[in-house]
Amino acid sequence: MKNAAHLVLDAASVGGVSYADARAVSIRNRSLTTKNGRVGHASESESLGIGVRVIADGAWGFAASADLSRSAVEAAAVRAVEVARASARVKRENVRLAPEPAAVAEWTTPYKVDPFTTSVEQNLDLLLKVDAEMRAVGGVTLAETGMNFLREESWFLSSEGSDIHQTKYSTGAGYTAYAFAGSEIQKRSYPNSFGGQWQNRGYELIDEMKLVENARRVAEEAVALHQAEQCPEGTATIILDGSQLGLQIHESIGHPIELDRVLGMEANFAGTSFLTLEKLGHLRYGSELVNVVADARQEHGPGLGTFAYDDEGVAAQLTPIITKGRFTGYLSSRETAHTIGAERSGGTLRAEGWNRLPMIRMTNVSILPGEKPLSLEQLIAATDDGIYMETNKSWSIDDKRYNFQFGCEIAWEIKHGKRVRMLKNPSYSGITTEFWNSMDAICSRDEWAIWGTPNCGKGQPQQVVGTGHGASPARFRNVRVGSAYS
Amino acid sequence: MLTQEQAADIFDRIRRFSSADEVEAIFTGSRFALTRFANNTIHQNVEEENSIVSIRTNFAGRTARATTNQFDDESLRRAVTASEKLARVQVADPDLLPMPTADEAKAAGEGARATRFFEGTAAIAPADRAEVVKSVVSVAAKHKLTTAGICSNSESREGIFNSRGLAKWHHQTLAEISVTMLAENSSGWQKSNSPDVRKLDAARLAETAAQKAVESAHPREIAPGKYTVILEPSAALDIVGFMFWDYSGVAILDQRSFLNDRIGTKLFGENINIWDDAAHPLQAGSPFDGEGMRRQRVQLVENGVVKRVVYARATARKMKNSEYAAKVGPIEPTGHGFPLPNEMGEMPMNIVFEVPEQVFGGTENPRSVEQMIASTERGVLVTRLWYIREVDPYEKIVTGMTRDGTFLIENGKVQCGVRNFRLNQSLISMLSNVEAMSVPVRACGEESFDMVVPAMKVREFNFTEATKF
Repeated sequence: MKNAAHLVLDAASVGGVSYADARAVSIRNRSLTTKNGRVGHASESESLGIGVRVIADGAWGFAASADLSRSAVEAAAVRAVEVARASARVKRENVRLAPEPAAVAEWTTPYKVDPFTTSVEQNLDLLLKVDAEMRAVGGVTLAETGMNFLREESWFLSSEGSDIHQTKYSTGAGYTAYAFAGSEIQKRSYPNSFGGQWQNRGYELIDEMKLVENARRVAEEAVALHQAEQCPEGTATIILDGSQLGLQIHESIGHPIELDRVLGMEANFAGTSFLTLEKLGHLRYGSELVNVVADARQEHGPGLGTFAYDDEGVAAQLTPIITKGRFTGYLSSRETAHTIGAERSGGTLRAEGWNRLPMIRMTNVSILPGEKPLSLEQLIAATDDGIYMETNKSWSIDDKRYNFQFGCEIAWEIKHGKRVRMLKNPSYSGITTEFWNSMDAICSRDEWAIWGTPNCGKGQPQQVVGTGHGASPARFRNVRVGSAYS
Repeated sequence: MLTQEQAADIFDRIRRFSSADEVEAIFTGSRFALTRFANNTIHQNVEEENSIVSIRTNFAGRTARATTNQFDDESLRRAVTASEKLARVQVADPDLLPMPTADEAKAAGEGARATRFFEGTAAIAPADRAEVVKSVVSVAAKHKLTTAGICSNSESREGIFNSRGLAKWHHQTLAEISVTMLAENSSGWQKSNSPDVRKLDAARLAETAAQKAVESAHPREIAPGKYTVILEPSAALDIVGFMFWDYSGVAILDQRSFLNDRIGTKLFGENINIWDDAAHPLQAGSPFDGEGMRRQRVQLVENGVVKRVVYARATARKMKNSEYAAKVGPIEPTGHGFPLPNEMGEMPMNIVFEVPEQVFGGTENPRSVEQMIASTERGVLVTRLWYIREVDPYEKIVTGMTRDGTFLIENGKVQCGVRNFRLNQSLISMLSNVEAMSVPVRACGEESFDMVVPAMKVREFNFTEATKF
């Protein structure tokens, strides 16, 4: 693989090419699901290939090949140069890359148990135990579980001398119980919806999630939702659990801070951003309690956005995004850094695989926990009148990332510091900056976890990558609730 | 890119490497290129070529799949071994059927179909795409706008072989153009695709998008509420696409479909007729499903009554033996299955809304968006919808936003642009409130798959909030 990358770089070193890099990638995946006591899906996949990115005549070109023979990779390099020269026909200025020292490095995701060394029998046995627990609850009409492992080994070589070998592991699992009765379908998921919890770790994540232990409770809640009152419509104080707050961060902070969006590069598909350049350092994004970072470094934790180097060879970094409520940073790349006056890329360029062009992606965009000790139960006890919502059910936000609406699977009404009744079909909506400015409490480190979003889509052709979001439960005042059913 | 002959040779090798009772191989391959532009400049420009073989093995009711994009013996052996290992450890599934034979996979009335491969689309070079972008940029410059979008072309192949003698192959092309035009506080958008690049008109798309950006400048904020809306075809397909996962036998059996207990009832307005028809001249895609079964033409909705859902082979058998058998209309394999094993079963993905030519005429039955506008006293024209997600699975309420050209209509004319709305709308009530439909066209959006769909004029469409732009 590394040899193929060398061959590509040599072949791309022709007149007019000012920069080239090659990424040879080998991806292995295991995906298992069960449904109502049977295996739903069982697959393994491997994908190998190489992508070459060049700047020729001041413009970008990219080509990728699954064929790693000498002739094929050299042909890919020639195509990338041809594509770049075509790009140069419609350009206004030459691409400018922020300087970056050449890196020579090896890095592997820290893990205790390589998930691919665990047996399929062991994996399926666990999922079927969870399935049986859920279906033991009367009223459950559908039980689904899933488990996924991903191993991505990459070799990055650049014409500037970088030579980086990384191996990343991701592990994820989760389940959902559905209950259909009358004219209603309700569901509950654990540890999170839409695929469960994901981190850049080994099989130890699965062992720690207590999947079997929580299955019956989750299934009982799905059934109990049928007897619950509808979430009221109006204005309320709400408390969000960490997983929902993670998605709120993803949609209303993570995406608008992508500098390519801000600069209009995503205008045709993912959209632009309300965070125009003059707002940097000035905008009051949230209340004083809102401190958000983008942190790809290992010390932040095992999020899906943790790595040693991004996909253009820039070392993982911490960027303060919101500091005491003030907007302080964007996610940037070597190409875009100069637009905010930065001397160096923020190190956020990532690609879905060998056949995709790396682009600015969220790393681990996390809200920092509160400094004073505060548990979720203490936060609820300190709330006179409110609604506590848990686990995402639906999510939507406009193409500048202002107006959002989220639905959750379950909620509880809080009166005088106690959960007094379950509520079904909870939803809340608002405007991004108004919402974050209404945050008046956030739980401390004991409640903080990094949640994985494995399905973040962006770009044309669309690329799906995983992002991480550290969060602990938080409280927001005067939020519109219930409008999804109005 | 793999040829059918090369794929057949690879399948022979796979069969030799496997000890399974049955073996299946699905081949997919493409040569894909996409030129992306923004700020009147090409900023991303990519080409790739890849082929994949996905191998399924069967051992008496146990099945699994392994995939690789390398075709040397060692890689194929590894994939076969992985598939067999995954299959062997399972408990046998009594619902798993033997793989279909070539005879079983044929549909009644099967005949020759028009090609979906066009040499002119396959032959597009980077310089050709750059010229298309240049023409779009020139339209932007003429209107003092900024443009962003894509111009892409691909050539793809899809084949399926199994050890019971089935062998099918499909070869097609696709070209696509999407254009956004941006002004200071407004935008417009158009998108189109076709297997035949000659059917695309970049200049017309650019001019329409530019016109929308110009005419929606300085958008007014109007109160959210229930409006008569005109959904252009892309907006209509993006929102209705969210219900077709439920037109599946497995969805009924799993009790996760909004059609549970509703098949045979009049769920929508009398004017709603929906087919799934992979052979329709405006459709694209392969003529066979994930098991190699011929995709059949199926009427899903007739005069507002949900008539039936689609079935993979095993789902049809299971449904026939289920408590729902008498309540779900015709039950037979329809050629809509996903590759096995899977949890979702099947889905209709070649949707065609039927609007008979004879319905058009007079102001009550407009055949175009322009005529719909002219017949509207007060309403909202929607170019594009965005970030649609399901809120309620049984009432089929979805939320989402308008985008890139939302206009107020008064007294039969577009008056001005308006700030974008958030919708929370039941698809059941929406399709019960369709006052008029235009001539259906091949349309594409971003949230759902391509369809043959009309523009729709819908009364009492539910906007619950407005955003800041």
